[in-house]
Amino acid sequence: MTGATLTPKLSLTDLRGTPRRRRHEAFVRATFLAAAGTSVLISLLIVAVLIGQAWTFISQIDLSTLVSDGWLPRRGRYDLATIIAGTIVISAIAMIIATPLGLGAAVYLSEYASPRRRRFLKPIIELLAGIPSVVLGFYALAVIAPSIIQPLCGSNSLFSMGAAGLGVGILITPLIASVAEDAMHAVPLSLREASYGLGARKRSTSLRVVIPAAVSGIVAALILGVSRAIGETMVVSIAAGAVGGSVFTINPCYPGQTMTAAMTALATGSDQAQGDALGFPSLFFVGLLLFGVTLVLNVISERFVRAFRRAY
Amino acid sequence: MAGHSASLASASAQEAVRRALTGQRINLGQVWFQALLLGCLVVALGILVSLLADVIQLGGGMLVERGVDFLTSNTSSNPAIAGVGQGIFGSLLIIFFVVTVAFPIGIGAAIYLEEYARDTRLTRLLNAAIRNLAGVPAIVYGLLGLGIFVLALSWFTGGRSVVAGGLTMAALVMPIVVITTAEALRAVPQSIREAGFGVGATKWEVIRHHVLPYAAPGIFTGSILTISRAFGETAPLVLAGGVLGGFAAPPGKGIVETLQGPYTALPLIIFNWAREPSDAFRQLSAAAIIVLLLIILLLNGAAILLRNRFERAW
Repeated sequence: MTGATLTPKLSLTDLRGTPRRRRHEAFVRATFLAAAGTSVLISLLIVAVLIGQAWTFISQIDLSTLVSDGWLPRRGRYDLATIIAGTIVISAIAMIIATPLGLGAAVYLSEYASPRRRRFLKPIIELLAGIPSVVLGFYALAVIAPSIIQPLCGSNSLFSMGAAGLGVGILITPLIASVAEDAMHAVPLSLREASYGLGARKRSTSLRVVIPAAVSGIVAALILGVSRAIGETMVVSIAAGAVGGSVFTINPCYPGQTMTAAMTALATGSDQAQGDALGFPSLFFVGLLLFGVTLVLNVISERFVRAFRRAY
Repeated sequence: MAGHSASLASASAQEAVRRALTGQRINLGQVWFQALLLGCLVVALGILVSLLADVIQLGGGMLVERGVDFLTSNTSSNPAIAGVGQGIFGSLLIIFFVVTVAFPIGIGAAIYLEEYARDTRLTRLLNAAIRNLAGVPAIVYGLLGLGIFVLALSWFTGGRSVVAGGLTMAALVMPIVVITTAEALRAVPQSIREAGFGVGATKWEVIRHHVLPYAAPGIFTGSILTISRAFGETAPLVLAGGVLGGFAAPPGKGIVETLQGPYTALPLIIFNWAREPSDAFRQLSAAAIIVLLLIILLLNGAAILLRNRFERAW
């Protein structure tokens, strides 16, 4: 009865506001939807461009040139093993440097540093992370190569995969430190207090309670580091040498070529094969490889982060 | 007597227990471990100091000596007169494209994803796609720029032009803008929105008058960091047609010709000079790095200050 007396007064349409206001709302919403659509369009374009050109390369090339003695686009030889080996060597050197430094700094900042010291040190780590890679490339060539790599290898060449690897290692250290520190900092205080309550020392608490609790975040940090090292371009382009192509080598004392550096070398023209039209599509083929590898690594890393979030 | 010695014995036992529990012996393992961790941090920071010291030592003198001349001169194969003027100009134009293209689209996309989109499979897929886009190596964006902006759209961009480079950089930073903006929006408590809806505001009115003002410092901080990133990014510009050597800008060109003409950028100039074997170019390179680092430190420092100033605990 009461419902019957109310319904004629107010219907749902009365609550929808004036048409002008609704039109305005719809317009704003459509604008933002278009913006979101544009950013998705860009990702689709990247994949489309990469696959299209890479297919041109694969369908036109004599597949035997993909396995030869080196990556020498000028001579039409595209040995994938060479640039993949270069990428692995440089990323491995980078990780050997960055893993202990980054994780050590992360444990110190998260477990040992006083809040005041942490507030002061964390921004400095972030500043270090903000240094452009081209600057570290210069540092690797002008400082690391003559002062560390040349005496160590006894070589005369300034360019080497070792110097590039150390440069990349410095580049990804703050990234690893920052992501791992976030993970450790997010471990609930109660876990630490329980550990202290059992009489554990700070070191045991850090190593046996905090680190295992944050392990998925730490793994995610390391995977992100690898992904960044594989995709790093400028340090390698400047410090690893091998501008005119490279023969297969895994010796860090020698110049070498990574997937990324092979791309800049092709693009800057030093490797541009004038008569050979495949130099250009080969760029996209290498780019597609790089895109695939880093995408897989990033997805795995995200899985780890999500596992961590679910735990707490 | 007997009672006294018993209490003495128990006192020494108490003392022993107390000593064992408080661990007054210096535990060398503990000290070593902490020193090791601190060492990691010190090495990481030491590298930063060494880098700055080396760069200043190499290029500082030249920068002071040449002064404004270095900042305004064109690139040249003669190290005595070469400068970074064209690079700074090109970098600023690229930042202009980042600000006018990537910021509106990126912030708009973030507003849609955070405020409008329902939590469906599609939305989660979009979010995942954008997060992964942010992790794609910068050089892959260079390929996008080369394939689309330099070649496919050359009627619009003029080929290897600053428009192509600027749009490439905009595409590169767009996912970063989306992520930082979405984070800032997510930090605004739901109760603010509910209060707005409660007094009859529409969605856009709530966003415009309540959510955005609270999220603004976060969005602004993210934007500054993005600009700083765009200043230092090199690899995509190498692919998207940035000129590495010198080029002469013919006099009396209009805006369209400038935008469609050849360009270089500050990091591209550093890249080019760093590969030159001569000492003179090494010094030039170091001097250009000082300029770039000053710009980037200034931007990042401003962002950190801003974040500390406006950090809000709800």
